Amino acid sequence: MADLDSVLVIGSGPIVIGQAAEFDYAGTQACKALREEGVRSILVNSNPATIMTDEGIADRVYIEPITREVLARVIEQERPQGLLASMGGQTGLNMAVELGEAGILDASGVRVLGTPLEGIQDAEDRERFRALMERIGEPVPESRTVTSLPEAWDFARSCGFPLVVRPAYTLGGTGGGFARHEDEFEAVVNGGLQASPIGQVLVERSLAGWKEIEYEVMRDGADNCITVCNMENFDPMGVHTGDSIVFAPSQTLSDKEYQMLRSAALRIIRALRVEGGCNVQFALDPKSFNYAVIEVNPRVSRSSALASKATGYPIARIAAKIALGRRLDELPNPITQRTCAAFEPALDYVVTKIPRWPFDKFEHADRRLGTQMKATGEVMAIERTIEACLNKAVRGLEIGGRTLLWEDPAWADDDEAVWWRIDHAHDERLWAIMAALRRGAEPAEIARRSRIDIFFVDKMAAIHAMERRLLNELLTADLLWDAKRMGFSDEMIAALADELPQRVRERRESYGITPVYKMVDTCAAEFDAVTPYYWSTYEHENEAQPEADSPAVVIGSGPIRIGQGIEFDYCSVHAAWALQAAGRASVMINSNPETVSTDFDSSTRLYFEALDVESVADVLANEGRRNGMPPAIAQFGGQTAINLAEPLYTLGHEIAGGGPGSIDEAEDRAKFDRFLERLGLLRPPGATVTRMQDAVTVAEQLGYPVLVRPSYVLGGRAMEIVDDRQELERYIHEVTQPSPERPVLVDKYLEGRELEVDAICDGTHTLIPGIMEHIERAGVHSGDSFAVYPPVTASEATQAAILEATQRICAGLGARGLVNVQYVEYDGDVYVLEVNPRSSRTVPFLSKATGIPMVRLAMQTLFGASLAELGWAPGLAPVPPLVAVKAPVFSMAKLSGVDTYLGPEMKSTGEVMGVDRAFPPALLKAMIAAGNALPPEGDVLLSIADRDKPGAVDIIRRLDQLGYGLVATEGTARFIRDLGLRARTVAKMRAGTPNVEQFIRSGSSVLVVNTLTGRRQALQDGHYMRRAAAETRTPCLTTLETVRSLLDALGSTRGAYDVRTIDEYRGAAPIPA
Amino acid sequence: MQAEPAALALATGDVFFGYGFGSCEPAEGEVVFNTSMTGYQEITTDASYRGQIVTLTYPLINNYGVNADDVESRRPWIAGLVVRELAPTSSNWRAAGGLGAFLDEHGIAGIMGVDTRALVRVIRRTGPAPSRLVRAPRDVARGATTFHWLRGAHPGAAAWAESEVERAQDLPPYDDQPFVSEVTVPEPFTTTSAPWAPWPEPRRRDREPRIALLDIGVKTNIVRSLARRGARVHVLPYGSTPSDIDALQPDGVVVGNGPGDPVQADRAVETVRAMIGRYPLMGICLGHQVLGLAIGATTSRLPFGHRGANHPVQDLTDGRVHITSQNHGFQVDADSIPADSGFSVSHVNLNDGSVEGLSHERLPVFSIQYHPEASPGPQDNQYLFDRFLDAIEGVGGRAA
Repeated sequence: MADLDSVLVIGSGPIVIGQAAEFDYAGTQACKALREEGVRSILVNSNPATIMTDEGIADRVYIEPITREVLARVIEQERPQGLLASMGGQTGLNMAVELGEAGILDASGVRVLGTPLEGIQDAEDRERFRALMERIGEPVPESRTVTSLPEAWDFARSCGFPLVVRPAYTLGGTGGGFARHEDEFEAVVNGGLQASPIGQVLVERSLAGWKEIEYEVMRDGADNCITVCNMENFDPMGVHTGDSIVFAPSQTLSDKEYQMLRSAALRIIRALRVEGGCNVQFALDPKSFNYAVIEVNPRVSRSSALASKATGYPIARIAAKIALGRRLDELPNPITQRTCAAFEPALDYVVTKIPRWPFDKFEHADRRLGTQMKATGEVMAIERTIEACLNKAVRGLEIGGRTLLWEDPAWADDDEAVWWRIDHAHDERLWAIMAALRRGAEPAEIARRSRIDIFFVDKMAAIHAMERRLLNELLTADLLWDAKRMGFSDEMIAALADELPQRVRERRESYGITPVYKMVDTCAAEFDAVTPYYWSTYEHENEAQPEADSPAVVIGSGPIRIGQGIEFDYCSVHAAWALQAAGRASVMINSNPETVSTDFDSSTRLYFEALDVESVADVLANEGRRNGMPPAIAQFGGQTAINLAEPLYTLGHEIAGGGPGSIDEAEDRAKFDRFLERLGLLRPPGATVTRMQDAVTVAEQLGYPVLVRPSYVLGGRAMEIVDDRQELERYIHEVTQPSPERPVLVDKYLEGRELEVDAICDGTHTLIPGIMEHIERAGVHSGDSFAVYPPVTASEATQAAILEATQRICAGLGARGLVNVQYVEYDGDVYVLEVNPRSSRTVPFLSKATGIPMVRLAMQTLFGASLAELGWAPGLAPVPPLVAVKAPVFSMAKLSGVDTYLGPEMKSTGEVMGVDRAFPPALLKAMIAAGNALPPEGDVLLSIADRDKPGAVDIIRRLDQLGYGLVATEGTARFIRDLGLRARTVAKMRAGTPNVEQFIRSGSSVLVVNTLTGRRQALQDGHYMRRAAAETRTPCLTTLETVRSLLDALGSTRGAYDVRTIDEYRGAAPIPA
Repeated sequence: MQAEPAALALATGDVFFGYGFGSCEPAEGEVVFNTSMTGYQEITTDASYRGQIVTLTYPLINNYGVNADDVESRRPWIAGLVVRELAPTSSNWRAAGGLGAFLDEHGIAGIMGVDTRALVRVIRRTGPAPSRLVRAPRDVARGATTFHWLRGAHPGAAAWAESEVERAQDLPPYDDQPFVSEVTVPEPFTTTSAPWAPWPEPRRRDREPRIALLDIGVKTNIVRSLARRGARVHVLPYGSTPSDIDALQPDGVVVGNGPGDPVQADRAVETVRAMIGRYPLMGICLGHQVLGLAIGATTSRLPFGHRGANHPVQDLTDGRVHITSQNHGFQVDADSIPADSGFSVSHVNLNDGSVEGLSHERLPVFSIQYHPEASPGPQDNQYLFDRFLDAIEGVGGRAA
């Protein structure tokens, strides 16, 4: 590329619903492609938990907010010739359009690579898109673009219902919705107008019930076009494609329909002048050849990541090369390395994607599915039949071990509940269909009511028929074989045949019923492929011969969910790389199609499998056929991998770094207490109770507030802070009844400063890359807290105590690898809150801030190296001259019904990093990157609980000094006036007009500060307020610490900050390994 | 209906066990594979598969059933069909029945439950092998469970299969068989009809170009693609002579696809040789190979053939790449094209560099190895029919 030596790549920023790990995958591929082509990559991304922000991937890495200002400064500093905007999702495209419209690109001579800006705008702007489709004769649903409610009504009256509302320029369909009839119309239109950054929505005739079909297409600058993959949604039109169960390739289309839509997709990308990848969504009438073009994304997308993993065709990588001017026929197909990239993959398997929704976390959320995406992640399965693929995908979801056999106990005598989930798209619809079949429903009836194609319902009926066989017949080799061919897990078979899962496994192994592995090769075995990318099935030929170079198996982290995000994929990838660096074969197992870990060149060998005990044990057995069982690495895949360690160990598998003993030590409450006592360390006093009255007694002894949680759930789920006996009784009544089987933990709640460390231990000595201090007081889940590295307020003594405690804990556990410890400092003492002998979610953040290759070091210690051998002294690592702030990012606007207040249960979906020379600008940037930037003027709405009011005085005064108008609910307003300041009053809910919710919804405030009274009681009232803020994208802070820090940052920086690469901030690199 | 145990025995000694569908009669032929993910009905009715047992690499077949429209000739021609799964029920608004019954009606056997990927890997290594697709005799199949049967572990299965392998080894070689005369139309006919298809209508020619189409196994969509453009198509049986063609006073001649080794279609080669320079001529697939032989080039077998809907072909005149639908086991040898013939390679396959098209430096005579009519496969190459009709209009039509 003679005229291009450097290219600016825009990342997608934090993980939010609708824009997730798929863009780390795309961006990483793009940066690798640039490097292959000899082009320097300059990357801007605020998300530290990404592989693409590793310096080994991009050449210049700016971990900075993705804003016009920052990008303009980067362009000025780096002088790139080109801009690659199509890898960073909607964020990347929107920024490119903004930079273009502001004249920044022209002024600095930056060329948009790939699809031209006009093409992007033709696809993104509803009206232009419509006009273009009409020009080329492609049908689009009857619609009108409107910017006001009266215009919308005008169209609705002429077109009739049902209608769908789609806001312009939003991701994941945010803010859109269905209006089945007049009553629903206004609310949906208003929501959409608010969600669109340009206040524009498309009101469109609904095609609910039509088939939804997608094509992933590519085009190069010489007008060569291919389709990589097509997909058919299980859910008909009406459910956002990100929330739909999807099959690839299409299943119910004849060649005529397939080619009709394929040709249309190619006509569309030609008209848009796409150079790179593009996604085209169609609605197809199930009763004719009529179709309509629904949407086009002129960039790589979640669907293109899925298509890449489903076919093996690396869309983002090829798209990046096309953007540089290469032609499809010049590029090799990296899978076969013999054929070229100008071809269309042929699949000899079926792929199923199932979204992973966060409703296990958010029980009060509205679980119906519609045009607004709600899923945080997804799983993919590859198999030879629909039945097997569906079963396998469900096993990969990891919703508490839920298989297709699961039914909500509440459905037992409530057929209505079952049918409601079938009639309405719902996250439990798959299970409801199975439940209906078990109750004797006809597939035709289910198909009619759900409008799901009978083809799929028939397949589910076949699964049901197998259930009946397993219930009624003897478990012969024949039945076992048939069941395994349908994807039934040993556990499902055991449950139905009334056996123990282990016995089922033994029996099938004794018959020789074990899975074989087939390769994803893009070509249905037509050519020899070199890519070691495998999936399991029950057939005859096994293509996956064991790796020769002492393999080790990295257990991945499965679908992205709240509490287990992309951070663990980052760690898994680094674990695989560390193995390769050590000359070992890395074998990756994962079920998540969005991620870098499931890229075929992230590991020596990839098994695309569900992360359940059976699948992992099968892979270990396959790799161990020749040279003995390889060790499994369970430290990096989050809770998913940790949960597998013990059962795998019990099955006799080696877990790298020792058995799960140390995990047990850290997670078993009684053992943990004794352990800390032995080390002379404090932990908040508390007890495990099995009876209601004991809970009360313990709480009274400890003194309120206390932290209560069920002992059998992890990750802060169902954890609450209660202030008095009444609250405690309510909690026990509503949330969990203590029993000997399900004990409840009651701990003293210490409202102090929370600190956290990630340490690397070699069994004896411990390296502490850094201490992080949380801005919010203890009680807010660490994943939802702002964290600062290095600490800014904790005293030397406290930090020293933490270093000492960490070293003692690690040595005491005899741990190898990573250990995460959380502390609270209270009244000058340091208490241990939690010890997790594994990689934590802060590892990528701390790795980026310190420059220490934490995962690599951890892997080396896991396999026996000492820190001394690796060149690292024990204790705290040298601190670079920077301050880094991690800020949580939420997706609350997309989850109606979910309360946004922060507590012990994690709610954030992603994170950003703000880094600078000092704390205030670092924090300011974290705030900007997280979308909490405060404009220089406007009204701030305050509603502060009585107990917090005294602590809020300084905040109120400073807001006033900074020139913000103060608006408050009654009590807070009185309090402000008592301070001698002016405050306007807004009515509480149901206490006049405009009330506080209406005030927020009208967009009148630039910030909402709301703290909780009495924890739970005020939740109902404050709930509406916080929802209103979430839905109007008004920053809403629920802890005073966060507000104070924001004001500190604003006050001392006056909005000024540096823009530098992360290694420039770090200065000299730390001692090399 | 409980499916009966069946097996596919290859002359190579490889045996694949499964369950029978379609006809109970044994099928014999060389086993090949097609990687298209849709279009099984078009594939089964493509006469080019005469003498071949077709393995479909996409595992789920019969999902959308069969219908009255998606046929490429008057009957299914494949010798037998091998699939991983034959869907017991079909779902599509046009479906008028199932594939199993459709094949059964025409006496064609199929086998399902096969590890088709493993079979493809065998074919890829050994090339298309003579094979027998047979139901297991009752005494062999008695009491067979799926687990044992599919693994060939059922008592007596291995011995029986071995005898079938031996019979497969005795099958007459595919290359020697005169398939073309079996598949061609018995009587000439003329058509201008082209039923509606769900893609944009091409430009119709005003003058109703008259096309003589020499049928050596032609797919219906070739005829339809010409008729859709306003041509009157005269379909002539194999064996038609140059004077039969002259009698029609055609504007152009098309030689379509068909089965077998092209050297077996010697009468078509002779006819085509006489046509060159007299009419605009378009050869498709076997028609392309026939043209190759007619100009003195040689043909040879590909290692295992090109059968699928995803083959990239580069047009050497403009460098453009087209995704093509293919079905052929032979190729025109690039280095055998006589230098003085006036013909050169116009298209190449980007996967293996094989010849995908020939064109004459001066005359409106060209051929392509792949299927511009698609069906199944991408519609991207329909423009070749326009190019042919343009060529006809360019020379003013009729015999020069």
